[in-house]
Amino acid sequence: MLAIRFDLDTVGDFLFDPIILEALRETLYIALLAMVLGIALGVILAVMRVSRNPLVSGMAGLYVWFWRATPVVLQLLLMYFGLRQLIENDFFRDNWTRWRAAVITFGLNEAAYMAEIARAGILSVESGQMDAAKSLGMTNLQAMRRVILPQALRVIVPPTGNEFVAMLKNTSVAFAIGVVELLNAAKIQAARNFRVMELYTVAAFWYLVVVSAFSVLQAELERRLAVGERERPETLLSRAMAVLGGRRGI
Amino acid sequence: MNEGLVRCIDIHKRFGKLEVLRGINLEVGRGEVVVIIGPSGSGKTTLLRCINHLEVVDKGRIYVDGELMGYQEVNGHLKEDSEREVARKRASIGMVFQRFNLFPHLTALGNVIEAPIQVKKVPRKEADAMGRELLAKVGLADKLQAYPAQLSGGQQQRVAIARALAMQPKLMLFDEPTSALDPELVGEVLEAMRALALDGMTMIVVTHEMGFAREVAERIIFMDEGVIVEEGLSKELIANPQHQRTQTFLSKVL
Repeated sequence: MLAIRFDLDTVGDFLFDPIILEALRETLYIALLAMVLGIALGVILAVMRVSRNPLVSGMAGLYVWFWRATPVVLQLLLMYFGLRQLIENDFFRDNWTRWRAAVITFGLNEAAYMAEIARAGILSVESGQMDAAKSLGMTNLQAMRRVILPQALRVIVPPTGNEFVAMLKNTSVAFAIGVVELLNAAKIQAARNFRVMELYTVAAFWYLVVVSAFSVLQAELERRLAVGERERPETLLSRAMAVLGGRRGI
Repeated sequence: MNEGLVRCIDIHKRFGKLEVLRGINLEVGRGEVVVIIGPSGSGKTTLLRCINHLEVVDKGRIYVDGELMGYQEVNGHLKEDSEREVARKRASIGMVFQRFNLFPHLTALGNVIEAPIQVKKVPRKEADAMGRELLAKVGLADKLQAYPAQLSGGQQQRVAIARALAMQPKLMLFDEPTSALDPELVGEVLEAMRALALDGMTMIVVTHEMGFAREVAERIIFMDEGVIVEEGLSKELIANPQHQRTQTFLSKVL
């Protein structure tokens, strides 16, 4: 008979263990903040990339080239250990914590990928839209803000959702500069307690929960962006809300 | 001397190796309605797009209401307009496109008031009232909150006309406004355009609708292969085309 060594109770013990939950919180914070930075900077870079000014589009191109070509681990090491060696300033060294370096680095890295996603979104909007906006007297920036980007969003959201999920998992790499996030917290606890499979199950569980919750939100966002379309997609959430709101008493 | 609202002087435009406009000279007076006809590829659309500087001419000058499009004359030199200047000059020229180009994420009313609010900084209430009035004028008072996807082609084009009119332009450019419409919807758009002409708007219309050309336009211009082959009073040109190429073209269209 096959002897399976797996203690479900241990899983239960560590599922809500404070160390694990703390690490989960770190992971979420880093991922969310980095995504916000990445998206904001990425959209700006994308608008720069489609500009007809060669200087503007060139600078953005350079940024994307560098941050996409180098591995994020290397970027983390450069940004944290590298800068600490380079900048011999006490104020900087005191305030450039591992955590902050991780958020900024992940954010700057993400911006390069978001730039390409946003650029694809902008290119997907038909040229007639820009013609119409310009013929009404809008400047390039006004047209971008009010006409092009709102339409580009529908194309930008799905791959951005992908990026967030990837970011969540990439945070585990922050261990290279000593940030203890979910995966590595689990690893450490596994080593301490000689319970490898159970701890990794806990980590997997939390990754699944976060990504699932996020997927529901993403679907709802896509539904709301489909304004003015003949067929608006139905999501789990919208169906749930319809049942709860409309058919009481059934 | 009564200077025309639009003056195109020796316009040349090429796309790569293809020379699309080969020396166009055109003048349109205030309040005049001019129709441009011609086979596809003759440069009609390009000419329209040059007038509101959506395309930049390679050679020649275009004056709209005395202002040189795309440039300023400074001390005898030509200085290129900044983006803001170009946008400002464009704001007084309205354009209606073959494919409507309505903003799909905004309602009909939203489409109409967007530019006045963003570009002319008109307060929302005022823009709203003006938008309602314009949409009522084109017969769409009951479609204010409809999205473009919910409107027929003819309705969409009428919203597009209202949207262009919201900026109170001095000149309206129409690029084959009914070509993409089902035949039964063409009439309602032509009617809106006719009303506009009767109101005194200066209009340059690229179209194949010869009925409209004969009834509403003062002059017809026939373009072929980047040059103006013939132009004349609309009824006369249709009845008695002088040029061989004009005759050939008209025999196909009429």
